[in-house]
Amino acid sequence: MTAGETIVQVRALSKRFDANEVLRGLDFDVRRGETLVVMGGSGSGKTVLLRHVAGLIRPTSGTIVVFGRRIDGLSEEELLPIRRRMGYVFQGAALFDSLSVHENVAYPLREHSSLREAEIRERVVRFLGLVGLGPEILDLLPAELSGGMRKRVGIARALIGEPEMLLFDEPTAGLDPTNAKMVGELIVKLRSGGVCDTAIVVTHDLELARTVADRVAILIDGRFAALGPLDTVVDSRDSAVQAFLAGEARVTA
Amino acid sequence: MDTYLRRTAMWYGGVGLLTAQVLRSLALPPKYFRLVVLEVELMGVSSLGVALTAAVFTGMVFALQSAVNMARFGAENYVGPISALAILRELGPVLTAILVGGKVASGITAELGSMKVTEQIDALRTLGVNFVKRLIVPRVLASLLVFPLLTVLSDVLGVLGGMLITYVERGTDMWAYWNTTTYWVVPRDFLMGVGKSFFFGAIVTLIGCYNGLNTTGGTEGLGRATTATVVQVTMGVIISDFFLTKLMLMLFW
Repeated sequence: MTAGETIVQVRALSKRFDANEVLRGLDFDVRRGETLVVMGGSGSGKTVLLRHVAGLIRPTSGTIVVFGRRIDGLSEEELLPIRRRMGYVFQGAALFDSLSVHENVAYPLREHSSLREAEIRERVVRFLGLVGLGPEILDLLPAELSGGMRKRVGIARALIGEPEMLLFDEPTAGLDPTNAKMVGELIVKLRSGGVCDTAIVVTHDLELARTVADRVAILIDGRFAALGPLDTVVDSRDSAVQAFLAGEARVTA
Repeated sequence: MDTYLRRTAMWYGGVGLLTAQVLRSLALPPKYFRLVVLEVELMGVSSLGVALTAAVFTGMVFALQSAVNMARFGAENYVGPISALAILRELGPVLTAILVGGKVASGITAELGSMKVTEQIDALRTLGVNFVKRLIVPRVLASLLVFPLLTVLSDVLGVLGGMLITYVERGTDMWAYWNTTTYWVVPRDFLMGVGKSFFFGAIVTLIGCYNGLNTTGGTEGLGRATTATVVQVTMGVIISDFFLTKLMLMLFW
């Protein structure tokens, strides 16, 4: 693939859960090397949108093309190799609670590679280091970690398969300002360090959007009320966008 | 009423679809065989006490009741074969499936349901792991081994328990009891019960897995799913026992 190539292409994406229409005809692209931040209030459908990109749920209508392949009609089996090319960081980290930190981060390697245990351990330590965690936590269980540490272990697990794109679901939710800032800086570092330069970040944290976004989309009532560079979005005359941003600005101030 | 019927139809359809997925995913990679062994240990070894205690006491109570009541018709000599037939054909496989099944399936529902509500199953999917092969197929394969084995052990202990109690309580000659039993009971009686236990194992495990994978509503929903599993497993075993018995009598009698 070449730089700037479209990695995600979404057209007329709609999703309905019974009578509740969550997404209403969304169109957007994500290019290689770009970080798209999707913002919106609670329940606006941000996570639903991200789950569509990962193929975790099927749209009611519309098309989703990821890495050049249309995924909205693929079976679970057909989606697996596509998902291996992306990393997904869950809001609650979604670590396997019966496995240690080492086993959690090593999981993708044990599943998909034939690396020996020593090599796996070396990689796990390296990727934990990348997210600012030391080898002393390797044997701890997820329940023994703080919220910020869990999130970073989740990022390390998503990164260890060396994905071409990362999907972040509310990466700063539930974190104190210091940890939230650290996560934002980490996303920037991953990009500048060449680890993974393409990402979709779903958040309602304006500060995080300022730190990491190339483009920002504001999701209101299932539609993008604004989509573009942060400055353009901030200057939008759309009253709903301004009301959302004013609310978020108050929260993050 | 409509909602209830719709939910019931969806449940049966869902279990059917999961069964089809399991059948398609039976070819496990060699590294997953240890999961089957682990499940055999979890299901079988830990259920041994429950299954065998129930078998001994059921055999004893059946033989005792039969001895007392058949004596009224002068048929006490047939207590041995009657008890053995009841145990081998019905009581052994059905009671084992209900007791062990309730325990095993509710445990599976609780584990998978907990993984579902904490997004661990979605995490597996995003890591490119076939969750049916990883979580469901090893459990089903283990149940196909564990349930027949437990049924055989239950059969043996049930018959011996019956023999022992008629000796202790009624002073029956154990040698005569054994001879009458082996004269009337044929291998087909034993095989019919063991044959049913394969189906019971699969039914129990699939219900447990399906309810776990479809848990919604957080921890409260998890409690509801686990309770529903115990009821559905019991009903599933009892109802399928009728149809399996009918089918086997048609085919093999």
